[in-house]
Amino acid sequence: MTTEVGSETEVKKEPEKAEEQPAKPELPATNQTDEVKVVEAAEQSNESPALATDSAEAKENQEEAQPADNATGPEGEEPPASPPASEKKGISRFLPPWLKRQKSQSTVGPKESQVTPKEEGGVVLLKGEGEKAEQVEAEQTSSTTAAEPQVEEEQVNGEAEPEQKEEVNSEEQAENHSTGSAETQPAKEEKASEKSQEKSAAEEEKKETEEGGEEKKDQEESLKPEGGRYFIKSPLKLTKKVKMVMCHVIMLDGSQFPCEVEKRAKGQYLFFKVCETLNLLEKDYFGLSFKDNADQTCWLDPTKEIKRQICNTSWQLAFNVKFYPPDPSQLTEDITRYLLCLQLRQDIISGRLPCSFVTHSLLGSYSLQAELGDHDPDEQRLDYISDFQFAPSQTKEMEEKVVELHKTHRGMTPAQADTQFLENAKKLSMYGVDLHHAKDSEGVDIMLGVCANGLLIYKDRLRINRFAWPKILKISYKRSNFYIKIRPGETEQFESTVGFKLPNHRSAKRVWKVCVENHTFFRLMTPEAPTKAKFLTLGSKFRYSGRTQAQTRQASTLIDRPAPYFERTSSKRISRSLDGAPVINMIEAQDSAPTSVGNGREPGLELSSDSSKVEEEPSERAAATPTEGTEMKRDEPDSSQQDLDKTQEDVLKHQASTSELKRSFMEATPETRPSQWEKRLTASPATSLRLQAQGRSPPPTTQEPLPDLTVDTVSKSSDDKQKSDETTLQAAEVEIEETVVVEEIRVAPKGSVTITTPEVVTPVAVETEVEKPEEEVVEEVIEEVKEEQKRPVSVSSDSHSESEEEAGEYHPQVTVNISVEQIKEEPEKEEEVDNHEEPEQVAEPEPLPEVEVETMPSPAVVEERPMAEPETALVVDAPVEEERTEDILVTPEEAPNGHAEDQPGLLAVEEEEEEEEEPRVNGDASHAETELIPQVICCSEPPVVKTEMVTISDTFAAQKTEIATKEVPIVHTETKTITYEAAHLDGSGDGEPGILMTAQTITSESLCTTTTTHITKTLKGGLSETRIEKRIVITGDSDIDHDQALAQAIKEAKEQHPDMSVTRVVVHKETELAEEGED
Amino acid sequence: MAGVMADFGNFTHAVVRAIPSSLAKEALRMNVSDVDLEKAQREHEVYVGVLKQKLGLEVIELPADESLPDCVFVEDAAVVCGDTALITRPGAESRRKETAAIRQILKELGLNIVDMSDENATLDGGDVLFTGREFFVGLSKRTNQRGAEILADAFKDYAVSTVPVTDGLHLKSFCSMGGPGLIVIGSSEPAQKALKIMQQMSDHRYDKLTVPDDIAANTIYMNLPGKGHVLLHCTPEEFPESAKVFEKLKDHMLIPVSNMEKVKVDGALTCCSVLINMKAKV
Repeated sequence: MTTEVGSETEVKKEPEKAEEQPAKPELPATNQTDEVKVVEAAEQSNESPALATDSAEAKENQEEAQPADNATGPEGEEPPASPPASEKKGISRFLPPWLKRQKSQSTVGPKESQVTPKEEGGVVLLKGEGEKAEQVEAEQTSSTTAAEPQVEEEQVNGEAEPEQKEEVNSEEQAENHSTGSAETQPAKEEKASEKSQEKSAAEEEKKETEEGGEEKKDQEESLKPEGGRYFIKSPLKLTKKVKMVMCHVIMLDGSQFPCEVEKRAKGQYLFFKVCETLNLLEKDYFGLSFKDNADQTCWLDPTKEIKRQICNTSWQLAFNVKFYPPDPSQLTEDITRYLLCLQLRQDIISGRLPCSFVTHSLLGSYSLQAELGDHDPDEQRLDYISDFQFAPSQTKEMEEKVVELHKTHRGMTPAQADTQFLENAKKLSMYGVDLHHAKDSEGVDIMLGVCANGLLIYKDRLRINRFAWPKILKISYKRSNFYIKIRPGETEQFESTVGFKLPNHRSAKRVWKVCVENHTFFRLMTPEAPTKAKFLTLGSKFRYSGRTQAQTRQASTLIDRPAPYFERTSSKRISRSLDGAPVINMIEAQDSAPTSVGNGREPGLELSSDSSKVEEEPSERAAATPTEGTEMKRDEPDSSQQDLDKTQEDVLKHQASTSELKRSFMEATPETRPSQWEKRLTASPATSLRLQAQGRSPPPTTQEPLPDLTVDTVSKSSDDKQKSDETTLQAAEVEIEETVVVEEIRVAPKGSVTITTPEVVTPVAVETEVEKPEEEVVEEVIEEVKEEQKRPVSVSSDSHSESEEEAGEYHPQVTVNISVEQIKEEPEKEEEVDNHEEPEQVAEPEPLPEVEVETMPSPAVVEERPMAEPETALVVDAPVEEERTEDILVTPEEAPNGHAEDQPGLLAVEEEEEEEEEPRVNGDASHAETELIPQVICCSEPPVVKTEMVTISDTFAAQKTEIATKEVPIVHTETKTITYEAAHLDGSGDGEPGILMTAQTITSESLCTTTTTHITKTLKGGLSETRIEKRIVITGDSDIDHDQALAQAIKEAKEQHPDMSVTRVVVHKETELAEEGED
Repeated sequence: MAGVMADFGNFTHAVVRAIPSSLAKEALRMNVSDVDLEKAQREHEVYVGVLKQKLGLEVIELPADESLPDCVFVEDAAVVCGDTALITRPGAESRRKETAAIRQILKELGLNIVDMSDENATLDGGDVLFTGREFFVGLSKRTNQRGAEILADAFKDYAVSTVPVTDGLHLKSFCSMGGPGLIVIGSSEPAQKALKIMQQMSDHRYDKLTVPDDIAANTIYMNLPGKGHVLLHCTPEEFPESAKVFEKLKDHMLIPVSNMEKVKVDGALTCCSVLINMKAKV
């Protein structure tokens, strides 16, 4: 996987480098990945000339390549295996840059294999096309400054999980840099320096490192002489030289656990180290935390580099309980319970877990029993007890009470005492509730409490509202606002959205992440598939990557070892006199109170280490993580394409400005700008927080189905088929939208237009506008921009947010496939606008099951659209998708969820896409507007495998339909993608990047259809073109007449936009073969 | 060992107070009505008798205070949970002094006394529904947010959720606990609405027993050693339909208690006693 990824990245980079520095020495790579890179680089060098080749040639090559691909058809799905570079290159070439990155793991392998045979002949040509795209991307990536901090991570994109666009961009950049570094040092250095700067900036904002990041970093480091000492130690890559850093982890008993890790080590490496030291198997309830610059406690993302997450210099972390098991008695091992007890003691002493006097006493007495055993009558004095702390402030009276109760526990074993402790502690109302300061829509100070059951709203000590997970349809954040969409009650017709104001963007995201994690852990059977990036999906794609409670429980049943011995350390002195934050307290306590009696044990419990089982988990996680990373990549391509026109300098400048904007944005206090959104919020009876969904500012008019409908549909769809899916996971989809980079880029090109503010490209009212003539669009755009500035919080308009303004969405429902997806910007549109060549890319990104219909206003459309291009281009895409599907197929069970875990290597881009789509497939139906004949039908059954992509391009009038079909006989699932395009009148190369006005998904009940609409406006000369892309997912059994459904959808689409023409229809059909199809 | 949140409904003591003759004319009431003092006093005697003789509780009877016409409704003066007694600050100005005597006796019983000294806080015990796992506090004419906050501070182990009470005097004017996890609720719209809110706010599941008459939903549940589930509820004479509903509770020892006169001054069954579990004292 990594190699593949690397190849992709390299390829991308190469074009740039080639241009800049024609001859680049290839660095010797010790690692496999390195080798791969080298090869790639070589190829790239070859390619670079090819790049110059005409687009036409490239096209031809591509065509040729395609057949070859088919022939090669076999999937080299081995993720880890390093496929021949040439193969990789070939694949990468074909794939649009974003696709490549994402897909790198799973798809790339197979593709590469296919490509190889023809490579020499066709490769160059192919590369020409691919490279162009790549180059563009590369440039863009380089231009995208915002992402830089993350750059390091990039090389192994496949592994990396894209959370935020920023990251993605950075990753891309990183990749570029890394490749560049490998090839040419000077270039590298420059890049590196840039990166570093960027990184610093980015770190401030938020850095989520992806798994891939580590590898990349490693490579970079290896390349860099600066690195200082080189260690050969990295677990991942044997040969790499690594810089080691000393971490200090504060254990639950207050001891310090020093641990040397690679500088680029991911969170999970350290976490596993800690768990190993503790001899802890049931580790999923735990996590590592750290303090950010604002002194807020954050969870270390195991899938990302530690370095990226922790603030600056301090490598101080704390081992804490992350998910408080509602019923600790169900924990398998005593050691787990013991650690939970330690955590709860901390919580109690810090005041985070309030208790009554009696409860303090009772819990204290159990602690004494566990630590000291039976009460010793000889020890009459209370002295011994005053060394212990039982409460934030404890009195003599309480100590007496504790002793009194302690006496009654005679004969109780430590394990029993712990159990009793937990049985009482778990009943406390604040047990496991993670509180966050916030304000409600009226500016009243409240607390958001995230727990196993849902979200609790407190005002002072009082619970004023509660949103159980099942009641929550979507969780999102934008800027410093955090939103939850509430399922309508029995008597309510519409969903409502409740908004909360957090102190800052970061805290909003933190709450959001915690919610995502808690929901996933406690409510789902398996973790959600990482958001499959829809092309342009912006924002954080963060998902919980660990095991759910259900999974960890199941895993615990397999624990078969004698109860590990562990020594209970005394709670004496720990955090004594420390009332503040528990974690910090612990540290201080240790330092300050070394006096603790012999109890003050050393770090960790001394345990015989049975690490055998422990290892299992890491592997799983590793596998899981890659999926997540894939999404990130997609975002990049957009930006890159847009930047094609620009010179590097421009790009850099642009980046700089962007970063500045980001910073300023970050710094700006969100609260200063009142948002309309907030105003709209009406108080719910209890909370006064509720906002009617209808009231939203950006309600997409174009799409008939209202939000309410969406919900219903979702449920229905789920019912139809994928019961399994539902039960498993599909529940929530998280979409984070960060438009930052992309938008900025877009804006820049438009500079002429008048839109100066980088921040905004607001999709908001767009829909209505869409229907309007083009010229108006321009004005509207501007207006929108203004509006956005005014109101930072627009719930519905996800698509436009700057990089800094990340928005996250998460749909927590278990049963619902995909209820509403807002803001997706699809790369296609943007790309299309820019170049004709791009169409390929466009096609690829499409999720299997979805049918995309794009409606464009006839006048301007022609020019901008890349789609017009001949089928061939599309065809190229098709193979990619096929591969993807296959990968997906591999994990039939999880497929609904989109877990890439099963296929470690393959995952990357492809999987993500598929995953996302798959869930939808189940429950989604679509409307399409098309004049074209709808021949396409999507039937998807979860574990489906066979994939076909058919691309049809039509003339502008869309009267003619050609279908090219490739069938790749894959074992189980069948996927067909058919694209109908209206041909461009001419390939107007001057297409400018469009502005994404709106992207939204609406789900309507009919036909179990899900429609995603992306509206893009492009200004050309004096004309503006509005492009609407609808993605419709029709899900059904064989009973359903998909053709009819599609026809209907297209008809509806046409009816909706009578003044627009359908230029392209892509049908992706996924069918589950009878063999596999158990469903 | 009584753990946290154990022994719901297990009481050993009850504090009651005699009916002052001033009750007939001066006691607060939402609706104009004439109270037959003697009848009311007889009723109260029966009530106390049930607690004492039938249920075997140790009943502490406080003398009436003529200057406090509502003093019989001791529930409003104190909220006792476990070994902690929150002395309230009744929402009605005229009732503020009722707490003194209650405070005294509770203190004598050895409970941890928490006073509501904040002058901005008001709380009537009748607005406090304790389910065994959590508190619901009705925000009513008599109880405000601040009062609820202080209650939450006093009973930190428990979640305290607020419930708007738009209709009726107190939260418990239309609901009460009928058993562990069983809420007896009136069928009026406000009552049902309040129940919905409570259900939404709670992490726990509650069964509901809906009775036709709101005031009949006010019952006294106990879980006494040797007697099991005990429910004091309205008599068939008062609310025949509601009484039938209670008769469906097969596992409960059902004790109809007349409350015809006291109800005229908005006194429900629970209003007339403060129940205490001294064993709960850890």
